[in-house]
Amino acid sequence: MWTTTFKRIIKSGFQSFRRNGWLSAATISVMVLTLIVITTLLMVNLVASVVLENLQEKIDISVYFKSEAPEEDILIVKSQLEKLAEVQRVDYVSREDALLKFKERHQDNPYLIQSLQELGENPLEASLNIKANDPSQYEGISNFLGGISYSTIIDKVDYRQNKEVIDRLSNIIINVKLIGLSLSGLLVLIVILVTFSAIRLAIYSAREEIRVMRLVGANNWFIRGPFIVEGALYGIISSLITLAVLYPVFWILSPKLSGFLSIQDFFVYFQANFWAFLVLLLGLGVVLGVVSSFLAIRKYLRV
Amino acid sequence: MIKFKNISKIYPINSEHTVALENVSFVIRPQEFVAIAGQSGAGKTTLLRLLLKEENPTRGDVIVDGQNLDKVRYKDLPHYRRKIGAVFQDFKLIPNKTAYENVAFAMEAAGKTDEEIQKDIPEILKLIGLSERAQHFPFQLSGGEKQRIAIGRALAHRPVILVADEPTGNLDPLHTWDIIRLLCRINEMGTTVILATHDREVINTIGKRVITLDKGRLIRDEENGRYLA
Repeated sequence: MWTTTFKRIIKSGFQSFRRNGWLSAATISVMVLTLIVITTLLMVNLVASVVLENLQEKIDISVYFKSEAPEEDILIVKSQLEKLAEVQRVDYVSREDALLKFKERHQDNPYLIQSLQELGENPLEASLNIKANDPSQYEGISNFLGGISYSTIIDKVDYRQNKEVIDRLSNIIINVKLIGLSLSGLLVLIVILVTFSAIRLAIYSAREEIRVMRLVGANNWFIRGPFIVEGALYGIISSLITLAVLYPVFWILSPKLSGFLSIQDFFVYFQANFWAFLVLLLGLGVVLGVVSSFLAIRKYLRV
Repeated sequence: MIKFKNISKIYPINSEHTVALENVSFVIRPQEFVAIAGQSGAGKTTLLRLLLKEENPTRGDVIVDGQNLDKVRYKDLPHYRRKIGAVFQDFKLIPNKTAYENVAFAMEAAGKTDEEIQKDIPEILKLIGLSERAQHFPFQLSGGEKQRIAIGRALAHRPVILVADEPTGNLDPLHTWDIIRLLCRINEMGTTVILATHDREVINTIGKRVITLDKGRLIRDEENGRYLA
C-alpha cells in the first residue's frame, strides 16, 4: 500500500514536470540565475580569502637580539613565545644563518660582499621570526616581548617600525571579510525569496486542482507529494545547468582574473572544489525546491 | 441516510451578515434521487458544500450515515469524502492529466491497487461512453465530454452518494440530457444522487423528489415534484 502510493507520487511528479514544460522551464531559469549568483559569490569569497591569506602570510614581526646574546637564552625566548596561543609559528635565524642568507641575496652585488669580507666579523644579529594567527595580535606579542625577563638581550622588535602598515592591513582584512560576508548573506536571502516566489507562482496556478483533489478524497501527502517531487526535480536540474554554464565561463575568465588578483589560477580553485560545489548546489537546489513547494502548497490544502 | 437538522449558514461580509441558509431541515434516504431546485443564490451550492464539509454550518447538524460532520476531524476528511462523489458546473478536471488519469485519480487517492484500477476504469469509461477518448486531455474534449469524465471520476471510488452542483449549467440541451440520463442510470445502480439545478425543464421531466429553496429557506419538499417558482 505504502510503496504503491509512493510510486504513484513519484510518477505523477515526473509526469506533471514534463507536461507543464513551460512552467518548469521558467521556474528552472529563475533557479539557475539564483544558483549562478550564489556560486559566483562563493567563488569570490573563496578567492578573496586566498588573496587575503597570501597577504597575511607576508606579515610577520622579527625580534633582533644583541650580538652577545647567548643562543640558549634566545631559544628560551623562542619556547616562551611558542607557548602563546596567539603565536602560530616562530623561526629561529642564527647569526650564521642570517649571514648566509644575506650573502645569497646579495651575491650579485660585489661591493656589498667585499665590504662584508673587509669587516672580518659577522655584523648580523640573530633573530626570531614570529607569525601570529591573526594580524591584530602582533601588538600583544610585541608587548609581551617588552615585559619578559630576557628583554635585556633584545636589541629591537621591528613591529614598532611596521606598526602602521600592519595595522592598516589587518583593518583591510577584517573589513573585506565583513563586507563580503554580509553582502553574500543579503544576496542569498534575495535569491531564496526569488526562488520561493517562482515556485509559489507555479503552485498558485494549480490551486483549483489542489482543491478538487481534496474534495475527491485525496489526503494531503498524496496531493503534495508530486509537487515536492517537481520541486526536487527543479533543484537537481538547475544545479546541473548552473555548473554546466559556470564551468566554461570560469575557464575563459580565469587567465584574466588570475593575473589581476596575483593568485596562481582562478580556475584551479574552481576545479579543486568542483565536487564540493556540485554537492552543495544539489543540496541547496533540492532544499530550496522542496521547502518552497511545501510552504507554497500549505494554504491551498485548507479545504 | 443524510440528515440536515436545523441548518443555518450565515456569511459575515463587511460586518453585514448574508444569510445563505435559514433553519433548513430534511432527510435523504439511501438510494434516493433528489433534485434541489431554486434560483441562483437560493442556497443550493451552500447546502452541497456543507455535505462535502468544504464549510461548516453556522448552526445545526449535518449527519451522514449516523456520523455528525461536526465531529469529523481535518485529518479524517479525505476518508469521509471517499463516501461521496462530487460533480461541479465547471467540471474541475485536472488539466494536465488525461481522461483516463482523471478518472483513475480518485481511485489512486483512495489507495486502490493497480489491478483494481485497470479492471474498473474501462468499465467506467464504457458507462460514461468515452472509451475511445481515454488518452485525451481535458482541453481536447467538449463540454459534455468533460462533464462525463468528471462523473466518471466521481464514481470511480464507488461512493454511496453522488452530489452534482449545476452539472448541466455550462452545457447545451443535447448534452444536458446525456448527463441527466447518466445520473438517473447511476441512481438506478444504487447510488444516492443529489442534483442541484435551476433548470426547470430538467426538474419537471425527471419526475423525482424535489426540494425547493428560496432565499435560504426550504419552501417545498414533494415527491414527484415540479419546479414552480
